[in-house]
Amino acid sequence: MKVLIVFTHPRFEKSLNQRLLVKQIPVSGEITFHDLYEHYPGFDIAMEAEQRLLTEHDVIIWQHPFYWYSAPALMKQWIDIVLDFGWAYGPGGTALTGKYALNVITAGGPRQAYSKEGYNRFAIRELISPFDQTAALCRMTYLPPFVLHGTHRLSAEEGKSAASDYRFLLETLRSGDFPAEDMVKHVYMNDWIALQKY
Amino acid sequence: MEFLSQAMIYLAAAVICVPVAKRLGMGSVLGYLLAGIVIGPFVLGFIGKEGQDIMHFAEFGVVMMLFLIGLELEPAQFWRLRRSILGLGSLQLGLTTFILFPAFLITGFAWQAALAVSLALAMSSTAIALQTVKEKGLSQTAAGQASFSVLLFQDIAVIPVLAILPLLAINASAAHGHTTFIDQFPGWVQTLALFLAVGIIYFAGRYLIVPLLRLIARTQLRELFTASSLFLVVAIATLMQLVGLSPALGAFLAGVVLANSEYRHELESDLQPFKGLLLGLFFIGVGASINFELIRTSPGTVFLLVAGIMLVKSFVLFLSGRIFRLKTDQNLLYTFALSQVGEFAFVLFSFTGQLGILSAEWTGTLMAATAITMTVTPFLLLLNEKVIDPRFGVKEKPDEREADIIEDRHKVIIAGFGHFGSTIGRFLRANGVEATILDNDSDRVELLRRMGFKVYYGDATRRDLLESAGAGEAKILVAAIDDPESNRNLASTVKKHFPHLRTLVRARSRMDAYDLIELGVNDIYRESLHTSIALGVDVLAGLGYRRYTALRQGQKFLHYDEKALAGMAAMRHDTKQYIIQARESFRLQEELLSRDLHQDLAGNDHSWDSETIRESLSGPIVE
Repeated sequence: MKVLIVFTHPRFEKSLNQRLLVKQIPVSGEITFHDLYEHYPGFDIAMEAEQRLLTEHDVIIWQHPFYWYSAPALMKQWIDIVLDFGWAYGPGGTALTGKYALNVITAGGPRQAYSKEGYNRFAIRELISPFDQTAALCRMTYLPPFVLHGTHRLSAEEGKSAASDYRFLLETLRSGDFPAEDMVKHVYMNDWIALQKY
Repeated sequence: MEFLSQAMIYLAAAVICVPVAKRLGMGSVLGYLLAGIVIGPFVLGFIGKEGQDIMHFAEFGVVMMLFLIGLELEPAQFWRLRRSILGLGSLQLGLTTFILFPAFLITGFAWQAALAVSLALAMSSTAIALQTVKEKGLSQTAAGQASFSVLLFQDIAVIPVLAILPLLAINASAAHGHTTFIDQFPGWVQTLALFLAVGIIYFAGRYLIVPLLRLIARTQLRELFTASSLFLVVAIATLMQLVGLSPALGAFLAGVVLANSEYRHELESDLQPFKGLLLGLFFIGVGASINFELIRTSPGTVFLLVAGIMLVKSFVLFLSGRIFRLKTDQNLLYTFALSQVGEFAFVLFSFTGQLGILSAEWTGTLMAATAITMTVTPFLLLLNEKVIDPRFGVKEKPDEREADIIEDRHKVIIAGFGHFGSTIGRFLRANGVEATILDNDSDRVELLRRMGFKVYYGDATRRDLLESAGAGEAKILVAAIDDPESNRNLASTVKKHFPHLRTLVRARSRMDAYDLIELGVNDIYRESLHTSIALGVDVLAGLGYRRYTALRQGQKFLHYDEKALAGMAAMRHDTKQYIIQARESFRLQEELLSRDLHQDLAGNDHSWDSETIRESLSGPIVE
């Protein structure tokens, strides 16, 4: 399967953890790393080119830092422009049907902060439900997010293990040999990976 | 000296009477008419019986007016009015003639005479009606357009009417008044000549006049262009008279042919003052030629005639307005504006007199009646405006016809269509915004015209040219002339005469920008600023900077530079007198660079920078 990583980070050069993850992306004809802020610094997204890219891939990954409980502005711009009515959804909008979608997120706070009791009051899955539903409206299967928590205090060890998990995830998705119906039972993709590896 | 003292009397009468009339809310037409009456043979007697002669000369003002109207009327707009021109026009002319004809038969006219007189009386005065409508700013209202349509139809109708008249001549020998050179030829030659003349105007307008004007424009001598404009109209009038056509109609045709040419606005502004003066003279002539002697000896006949004619005309006009669904207030305006007998009647009467269709006595009486109806019109309009309309009129909401106004005049004027202005023009056109474009380079204008741009030749810093380009109604003016000084002049002209017009000005350098700021211009666009920063952004990206970061740095620099510009413009004022331009420019550059040093332009962007958060949480990271 072909994997498209739609990546947004307005200040990528200053982000250690995103760089850590991006470094793990295998060089492969089947995995496309698509850096939106580098392509469209002026936010003038080319709809048709982006749609062509989407058609050519089977798994779409939204990779981004978790800014204000969502993605950076350009990601929203991309969704607004590219996922066009009559193309991605609505009557005749079947271009994405059957594809897979998921978020890959780096968040400053620890996982427990994203809960009813935590200072962020909502779980990550609740906060990213717009992505979940976007995928659903486009008749895609929404897979659980891969989340890297506590990036402000991440130790070198933790970073290394997260990076290798991400690499494992990308290899698995590329192979096309993964139990999607098993994956969706988990809250985080990290949880499913943990079960496979250990 | 005779000429000078005559001119002085006319000018003095106009200079005194017109402002007074305008002050009293009567409009300039009435002012001129009154001036004519006052200096005429029956009041002060400054001028004798030559009122008629003056009028013949001054009728040339009407010719010019129609030329200008033609110029303002693009063929497309002309086409849009076709229904009201044909429908309203033929209805008015036909019905008026139809009612007047039996009335004159009963009065004892021969049927030929009755027909000729009815046709002549059905005509309205273009000079009075349009001048008044225009002066009141009503040209674009429904009434204004209807009046214009009817008048235009009448102008066209003059051709067949003049063609029929000789056939009505009671005895053939009398028909030889020997008015025009063409008369000595048989009918079919005359008809042929007529078509030939119209054809000549069309083809000359297309293929001869414009290249000629181009040649003249290249000499850069303004008075030469004015001379050729005048020559053009005079030549057309002469040609038309030669073939026995109405010179006004010929001029109108020539105007329409030239309406799409690049010299439209230049011709307009060159001829405007001549037209105004000649029309003024014409109205003075009308006033002076009113034969009060005749009115005194047979007041009953004249009064009956005037009242009868105006009643019939008003009735027909109001009816036609109704049929064409004019709202009451518009219909009233239209009715009163056209209720007089027009200047063509003078021509027609003298023609019928020469042909022997009409007795000299009747000719004189009818001419007097015509002049009186003309004089009465401005009063009627005044009465309508002050008394009738406020009571009975239903106000037409001004926004209802706004779309039309936009169509007629573009909302954007671009002055200067070099590499800078043309990009703006292309961008606007790509977005469906058509602009009126003015450029001073006749070669460039020619080229751009071939590329399908509507460019007009002319010096945009001239107030009159701006006026005819529609600066009064436009919303935005773009000053994009190559020469910074011209842009500056343009900006101050606009500020003075068209304060409502938002002016966006191109500045070549920082120094230009300072000058413009001092003029009070708010929208200043330094031509190289954005491009050089865009290039700088690409340099950063080429060095490996993230594109978005480089772009944001560029944007920030732009804002900083704009602010610095405004700040330094104020400072510059204090020292301006002491430092010569070149040195000042150098000093500014130096000051700018030292300011840059004190700004942390590179490193004060913390947005999305997680390092700062991390630092505050756990101290600097040591890898």
